[in-house]
Amino acid sequence: MSSSNYSQADRFAFRTTPVPESFPARPNRSAETTAQPPLLQVEGLRKVYGGLEAVAGVDLSLPFGRITGLIGPNGAGKTTLLNVISNVERPTAGRVLLQGEDISALPQYRLAERGMVRTFQISRELGQLTVLENLLLARPRQTGEKLIGVFGRAGRVRREEEAGIEAARAVLLKVNLWRLADAPAAALSGGQKKLLELSRALMLSPRLVLLDEPAAGVAPAMEQVLIDTIRGLATEGVDFLIVEHDLDVVASLCSHVFVMAGGRILTQGTFAQISGDSRVVEAYLGLKA
Amino acid sequence: MTGYFVAILTFVSLAVLLGFALNIQWGQAGMINFGLAGFYGVGAYTAAILSKQGVDGVSATVAAIVTTAAISALVSLATIKLREDYLAITTLAFSESVRLVLMNETWLTGGTNGIRDIPRPFVDLVGGERYELFFLAACIVLVAAVYFLLDSVIRSPFGRALRAVREDDVVAATLGKDVLALRVKAFAIGGAVIGLAGALHAFYFTYIDPGEFAGFVTVYAFMSVIVGGKGSNRGLVMGACTVMILLEGTRFLKDFVPFFTAQQAASLRLIMIGTGLILVLIFRPSGLSSEYRLSSPKTADTTS
Ligand SMILES: Nc1ncnc2c1ncn2[C@@H]1O[C@H](COP(=O)(O)OP(=O)(O)OP(=O)(O)O)[C@@H](O)[C@H]1O
Ligand SMILES: [Mg+2]
Repeated sequence: MSSSNYSQADRFAFRTTPVPESFPARPNRSAETTAQPPLLQVEGLRKVYGGLEAVAGVDLSLPFGRITGLIGPNGAGKTTLLNVISNVERPTAGRVLLQGEDISALPQYRLAERGMVRTFQISRELGQLTVLENLLLARPRQTGEKLIGVFGRAGRVRREEEAGIEAARAVLLKVNLWRLADAPAAALSGGQKKLLELSRALMLSPRLVLLDEPAAGVAPAMEQVLIDTIRGLATEGVDFLIVEHDLDVVASLCSHVFVMAGGRILTQGTFAQISGDSRVVEAYLGLKA
Repeated sequence: MTGYFVAILTFVSLAVLLGFALNIQWGQAGMINFGLAGFYGVGAYTAAILSKQGVDGVSATVAAIVTTAAISALVSLATIKLREDYLAITTLAFSESVRLVLMNETWLTGGTNGIRDIPRPFVDLVGGERYELFFLAACIVLVAAVYFLLDSVIRSPFGRALRAVREDDVVAATLGKDVLALRVKAFAIGGAVIGLAGALHAFYFTYIDPGEFAGFVTVYAFMSVIVGGKGSNRGLVMGACTVMILLEGTRFLKDFVPFFTAQQAASLRLIMIGTGLILVLIFRPSGLSSEYRLSSPKTADTTS
């Protein structure tokens, strides 16, 4: 699937202007990438709530150019892991490296600048903003977000907004939300909110997207769109780490899967490998029983 | 009677400015300011003290705006490490401290006696009788200017980011917004407008004392915003007028119901104000007007 969810020019502008250090040229996928630090590296990560160790020492590494799955029974610590990786919560111990840079101490908003964005398991739409405004908000480096830009560069702000609306429109058309562009996000259904969150994340032209159960509540007809969208972006160089209970989605998207249970990585491998692993079956059955 | 209406309209202008300020701080950015009266006092006293020192009215007003904005930024910064709702407590404490300083630092503020004979700007250009009218016109021009400035802020991506912070600051941060900077800016912008209103207050009354910067100012501003519709400046103008009509209209109560004592009439007045507000909110629960929302340019080739 080659269609882009937003214009190439847009993506290009984002990639080349700021913080060149943090956006090295994309490595050639077929070539060896050993010299390159992995896209994301998690080292000895722990998160303790009171007496509960929700994440109990996780190490994992995401090389460039992959859609990775993260599965595990309820309460395994998947959401907590995403929270800590994305700095929504501070780790008790351990660190997170994004393209070799320790991001554990960075303020949250800096992660988006470095190309990492996430969605939430329980949708966090900006309810009183319209669907379109939710997407426009996410565009990086807007002149109109500086007061000096609002008053000093009105023309440029207007052009950026127009370009933003075009980009947002392309994304929203694809997930069938354009017809609701002017509706407050609070009015969407659960599944639509999920699609809105994904669409909003994409407006950032991210390098790595962390998705927490993106398919939950999404209508079956839209689920295929969701899969196609993610796959299409992956071919354009966006990587994903996807927490998902729907194993069909995981099987069809993820080339590598981590299995979590009890705050630890139980095992990892291709979907075929892990689904044949007796420990994985046990972890799921053990908790379901 | 004309004099009375000129006075009322001047009061309304000041109330509208305070409402504008609260609307950007609370309506847009979701930052509650229970200490609005204190910031108002800072603006008024800055203008008054400087004018008494011989500074011209325009410069004194600018100084009041800058000082109040800077102090607002500091107060909002002081709460960054605290949970959000602590801003409400901090601002309340701030306004109480302002009141104490105004009452006790007599060398600077005149203490409870206040400051008298504050020189009015341009008074030698616009002679005595027409001054009130001139002042009202100046207020209306300033209200219009602030309205247009704030309107472009609210409609801008900056305003959108403020609303995002209000809706969910974690989401705003994960989308790359510097939440702290946005909050401080929103609070400072509001502070600037409060400072302007404070300066106008000092010049209009030519006399100020600490009692004028007490909680009721804050309460009236909140009433204007709630009645007008949180987040909408157009609604706010209507809201401030409604509140002023309720406040002033009920003042004449004692003339129409002579069988009440003055004290009973005063209490009845408060009851009527409360009832009026409740009625507005019953019929327009989200206020008279709703906040700005972008409407997209729908095109004919929309396929969905
Ligand atoms: N803020 C918190 N305070 C206390 N305990 C928490 C908190 N967040 C999560 N937990 C606990 O940590 C453990 C891991 O929760 P987490 O939400 O990360 O699991 P999960 O794998 O995402 O589960 P699910 O598949 O149900 O979403 C659970 O036992 C949960 O109750
Ligand atoms: Mg979860």
